[in-house]
Amino acid sequence: MKLYIRYSPGTVVKRLLQEQFDKLQLNYSIIGIGEVDITGPIQGDKLKELTSELSKYGIEIVESEKNILIQKIKDAIIEMVYMDDKLPQTLSISSYLSDKLQSRYGYISNLFSNTTFTSIENFIKLQKTERAKQLLSTSDLTCSEIAWKLNYSSVAHFSSQFKNVTGLTPTTFQRIMKKRRVLRAEEQLLGNIKILGLDTTTNYYKIN
Amino acid sequence: MYIMLADDDEDDRLFFKEAFEAIKIFTIVKSANDGVELMEYLSGNGNTLPDILFLDLNMPRKSGMECLMDIKRMDHLKEIPIAIYSTSASEQDIENTFVKGANIYIKKPNDFGKLKKLLEEVIKMNWHYQTSGLNRDSFLLSL
Repeated sequence: MKLYIRYSPGTVVKRLLQEQFDKLQLNYSIIGIGEVDITGPIQGDKLKELTSELSKYGIEIVESEKNILIQKIKDAIIEMVYMDDKLPQTLSISSYLSDKLQSRYGYISNLFSNTTFTSIENFIKLQKTERAKQLLSTSDLTCSEIAWKLNYSSVAHFSSQFKNVTGLTPTTFQRIMKKRRVLRAEEQLLGNIKILGLDTTTNYYKIN
Repeated sequence: MYIMLADDDEDDRLFFKEAFEAIKIFTIVKSANDGVELMEYLSGNGNTLPDILFLDLNMPRKSGMECLMDIKRMDHLKEIPIAIYSTSASEQDIENTFVKGANIYIKKPNDFGKLKKLLEEVIKMNWHYQTSGLNRDSFLLSL
């Protein structure tokens, strides 16, 4: 015998997604065709399970995988820049990233530029400057030591790239951050003195 | 993105707004005519706080420097990124405003194309600080 059935694909997919998301105990709302909003992040293994479950029905997670890869690229770069050892040579940054992410560098690089509106090279430059800022304001390293550690070819190269990103020389930056800290400490001290109800208009604090 | 400018010069305000209109990034620009007006707005109940605030240094009634110092003392305002937008490019002004907590220093350019480019760069950099987990405390940019 032959059965004639009628169904609505939208309802089928929606019901199916609900079942899968419920099974993984995810907090979700189905926004429309092809878009689901999940509250909070999904852990890696849960996402893998979800991806494989959905693939049985020919359903593929599109955007999020790209976003995750972008996040992985960023994480790998940050990890690289904040290594305690010396940074890898510029030439091998591409192989470092493709090794770490198990993808061709060309693919990673294109995906990154298309999604974040900046190139990987630029992002690395920004992150290296960020690391340099941290070292300049919290460590006793000199500019030449920082230049060596972050793998700039020379102090001059380091200074000029720093100036290119921030508009300031490393020494000016360091001086500003130092003055800022002093100012904040002074303001805090002044605040404490006021809390204690002491008079701040006369200068009778004498330290021997 | 919500942007605010405090500047007493009408031409500069207009120039600034037009530059943002010419940039492809979606922005809403609000302006105040001087420091007092700005602080009234920022302290007003329920007013939308800007994602980034541009401050002219020389303004009647209340200068940009005074606004900067007040803002940095107020808990609900101190996290707003501040860009100084001034005709002066003296080392002294640049360093002083940075020390007092400004994040960006822009010397007003005479050329519209240049202004557009500078503002675009500021917005991009500010966006990086919002999305890439960079440390806001050491966000200094001089253009």
